[in-house]
Amino acid sequence: MNPHIQLCCGERFSELELLTHVDEVKHMTASVGSSGEAVSKSKVVRLEAAQSRSLWAEALLHIRRDRLTLLAIFMLVMLTLACVFLPPLIEQALGVSATRTNVADRYRPPGFGNYILGTDNLGRDQFTRLLYGGRVSLGVAYGASVMSITIGVVVGMLAGYYRGLIDDLVNWFITTLSSIPTIFLLILVSVIFSPTPEVLIILLGLLGWITTCRLVRGEVLGLKERDFVVAAHSLGAPTHRIMLQHILPNVISLVIVTLTIDAGSLILIESGLSFLGLGVRPPTPSWGNMLTDARTYLATGQHLIIWPGIMIFATVLCFFLVGDGLRDAFDPRKVRSAK
Amino acid sequence: MNAFLLRRLAQAIPTLFGISLLSFMLMLATPGDPITTITFRPSNDPGAAQTLRRQLGLDQPPLVQYVYWLIGNDWTMIDVDGDGEGDVYGTRRGVLRGDFGQSIQLKRPVLEVIGERIPATLLLSVPSILLGYFVGIVIGMLAALNHQRLLDQATRVLSVVGNAIPSFWLGLMLILIFSVNLNLLPMSGMRDITQRNAGFNLLDSLPYMIMPVTVFALGIVSVVSRYTRVQILEALAQDYVRTARAKGLSDRMVWLIHVLRNALIPIVTLLGVSIGFLLSGAVIIEQVFSWPGLGRLVIEAVSQRDYPVIMGSVIISAVMYILGLMISDLLYGLVDPRIQL
Repeated sequence: MNPHIQLCCGERFSELELLTHVDEVKHMTASVGSSGEAVSKSKVVRLEAAQSRSLWAEALLHIRRDRLTLLAIFMLVMLTLACVFLPPLIEQALGVSATRTNVADRYRPPGFGNYILGTDNLGRDQFTRLLYGGRVSLGVAYGASVMSITIGVVVGMLAGYYRGLIDDLVNWFITTLSSIPTIFLLILVSVIFSPTPEVLIILLGLLGWITTCRLVRGEVLGLKERDFVVAAHSLGAPTHRIMLQHILPNVISLVIVTLTIDAGSLILIESGLSFLGLGVRPPTPSWGNMLTDARTYLATGQHLIIWPGIMIFATVLCFFLVGDGLRDAFDPRKVRSAK
Repeated sequence: MNAFLLRRLAQAIPTLFGISLLSFMLMLATPGDPITTITFRPSNDPGAAQTLRRQLGLDQPPLVQYVYWLIGNDWTMIDVDGDGEGDVYGTRRGVLRGDFGQSIQLKRPVLEVIGERIPATLLLSVPSILLGYFVGIVIGMLAALNHQRLLDQATRVLSVVGNAIPSFWLGLMLILIFSVNLNLLPMSGMRDITQRNAGFNLLDSLPYMIMPVTVFALGIVSVVSRYTRVQILEALAQDYVRTARAKGLSDRMVWLIHVLRNALIPIVTLLGVSIGFLLSGAVIIEQVFSWPGLGRLVIEAVSQRDYPVIMGSVIISAVMYILGLMISDLLYGLVDPRIQL
């Protein structure tokens, strides 16, 4: 009768657990005997069990009160929608272009004519280029984070559940891969594959799962010994059922938080690589490669340095804030203290 | 202690083997061939390119190339003229015997090329890490002292912002503000200094160091301050702190003797991990400020397909990283007597 377990399990509380749960309560009420204190305790416990909301409901409630996180989520959604839908509309409405070079209009300052954020060294409209760049940067971040999380969860669960040879191999691989400084590894890999954005998603996904894998593995190691897993096991539940029904729901909150933070870090990584000229290659714009030649704009077009950086910074900040907010929302201790 | 060191060293061997294998396989998958970048001009003799290829062992199958690279080829004959018979003994001694090969572009030993870039990288990373940790710990302590007051909130904001800001952009903005608009600091030119004076002159280099070190250190500050804050708050909640207060110890003594000592243990081990990043932490910052360090060397080598230099740098920085982890473990044992090594 541990509220902590209960919160962790959330809605996915399986029937079996509910049964043991009820049994426990009965058992407690039965064994109370003469001690009044124990009686009241068991009442409290029962009340809590009746009133307690699921992990998801608790998290939602917490998020709704957390204005900063809400704002960050709102910004991210708006930014994503803007990057997906706005660029062609703006190009049509204002008669500017993100791809057409125009020597006459090079290095125009923001607000010149129809150029909301000015033009770059080739006379292309910076505002629409930023939005097109956002498609790439956000796309890479979303795609690669989902991919690395998926790999991380699957490998982490397998390694944590089966231990033995799989675990040793995974551990060796992780130790090796994480002993090469990430930036060198990424440089090597992107030199080899000269990635398009799609390939970049795969590469970053393939290299980014280590942290998630470690976290999930650690969680699974603990969960495996927990009563509800042991009980399911002894009742003869097949392995895939234990994994999907009993273990996965308990790591999902961890996974969501990691996913958000990961997406932010991936934008930093992608823009860093593109800045070095190794990530997304021109003419495809990305927030990072718009800064590759920044040093040559120092005298002529400072707006070309300021804006791509602000986009990266603001987006990453939003992802991190959402990640922090979600971590708080999913934290059972926090939830209880907020009650 | 010695047994512990030996065990840790033994544990590092499979990892190092994996690293060498991985970087070698990645190298093989690289498109483009160093020979073609050398003999790019059509006036060159194609036969000479073939000879060079054989001399460098690039005509061998991958596994043989890997073995040569690992343990050298001075024990076997190399077929230079392509007639199927060995002509001369190889000259390479292999990585295991300290020979990282010749840089194909610079035609000098890789170890030498890397060696002369390392001081510049250390000149950037050592002050950054020291400064970053000092400022980070102080800010973290102040935040914990003012828990849930303005300074604490400000620290949390600083740490999130510091993590989210891309270092290369921060560097560019500093250049924009302090070099271009205010004309206070040089935006690059560290390379000139290292070449002009054979010796190193701190006073001359200082202006060049200010901006890169600031950018590098800020990243560290945002991590360390957050970590320190959490550690101190956790230490404050421990029973021994309550006991110390209960027996009448002054706040200052509680802080010095009980809180700080315990909170700093994990931070010291974090410092050990940072040592591992001394060589590889500043690649992008070096690029922004045209800093003549290992990071720029790697980027240059990449564009010139200089395989031996790339592999040498990867291996050396990986060894540094593993050493950092070991130092971190050792430090843990040193500062925390409860840990038996």
